[in-house]
Amino acid sequence: MKITTKLWIGLAALVILSPLGLILPELFKAGSAWGEWGADDFRELTGYIPQGLEKISALWNAPMPDYAFKGWEEKGLAQLSSAYIISAIVGIGLIVLVIMGIGKLVIKKVD
Amino acid sequence: MHIPDGYLGPATCGFFYAVMLPLWTIASRIVKKNLSAKQVPILAIGASFSFVIMMFNVPIPGGTTGHAVGGVLVAILLGPWAASIAITVALVIQALVFGDGGITAIGANCFNMAFVLPFAGYYIYKAISHKSPVDSNRRVIAAGIAGWAALAIAAAFAGFEFGIQPLFYKTATGQTLYCPYGLSVALPAMLGEHLLVFGWVEAIVTALVIKYLQKQSPELLEERRKDR
Repeated sequence: MKITTKLWIGLAALVILSPLGLILPELFKAGSAWGEWGADDFRELTGYIPQGLEKISALWNAPMPDYAFKGWEEKGLAQLSSAYIISAIVGIGLIVLVIMGIGKLVIKKVD
Repeated sequence: MHIPDGYLGPATCGFFYAVMLPLWTIASRIVKKNLSAKQVPILAIGASFSFVIMMFNVPIPGGTTGHAVGGVLVAILLGPWAASIAITVALVIQALVFGDGGITAIGANCFNMAFVLPFAGYYIYKAISHKSPVDSNRRVIAAGIAGWAALAIAAAFAGFEFGIQPLFYKTATGQTLYCPYGLSVALPAMLGEHLLVFGWVEAIVTALVIKYLQKQSPELLEERRKDR
C-alpha cells in the first residue's frame, strides 16, 4: 500500500474519532478555549461587554458555526457528534480542493 | 488559539495582515521552487491533518479547552514554508466556513499558527536532531520537543496580542473596547496552559507520527533540498 493511502486511512480514523473533541470537554465541564468566549459571556467575566468586541464579533456569519449546523445549539451530543464528523469531512474536502488548486497553479509538473 | 473577531482592534488586525502578506508571497514562491507535483498530496494530507487535529479539543477539567495544531509535523515533513501554506489553508477554511477564528483576525491567527509555529518547530527539530540518522530515536524525541515548544511559543504570541489590546483601546470610563485582559493575565494564561497541557498533545502526535514514518516511509524524513 502506498504511504499516502495509509495516511488517508489514518486521517479517516481521526475524522471518526473527532467527536471526542466535543464529548471530552463536556464530560470534564470545560468551557471555551481561553480568549474564545462569545460576546455575551463577558457579562459574567468582566461585568460589561466591550463595545468594539460586541460590534465586530457579529461581523461574520459562518455557514457551519462551531462545526455544527445553524440552529443546532440545543441539540444533544449524539446529533452534535454527527454534525462534527460531517464538518470534518466538509473541511477536509474543501482543503483538498484548495491545495489541489494551488498545486495546479504554482507547482511545476515534473520532478 | 483561534482569536475570534472583536478581540483585536483594527490596527492590530491590519498590522498582522500586512505582516502576513509578504510572508504568504515568499511561501508560495519557495513552495513553487522546491515542491514537486508528487508532494502535493502530502501537502493536502498535512493541511487536512492540521485541520482535523485542531478539532480535538482537550479539556482542562472545570476550566478551558485547547488543542494541538499539528503544524510542526507538516513543517518537519515538507519544510516550514510549505507548512505555512498548509496551515493557512486550514485556518482560512476554519474561519470562513466554521466561524473558528475571526475573519478580521486571520492575519494574526496565521502569524501565530502558520508562521511562528512551523518555523519554531522546524528549527528546534533540526537543532536537536542535528545529523542523527533518519531512523534514530533522537529524531522522535526532537520531534516531540519541537511540537511542545513550538505550540507554547505560538500561544505566547497569541497571549501577547490579546494582552496589548487594553493598552490601545479604552473608553473614557475605563472600559476596554476589545480584549479586556492585559498582558499580566493573557500572557501567562495562554503560555501556561499550552506549556502544561496542550503542548504535550502536539508533542505526542508529532513524535508518534515521526516514529511511524521512520518504519513505514523513511524517505519522507530525508532532507532532500536545502532551504525548503
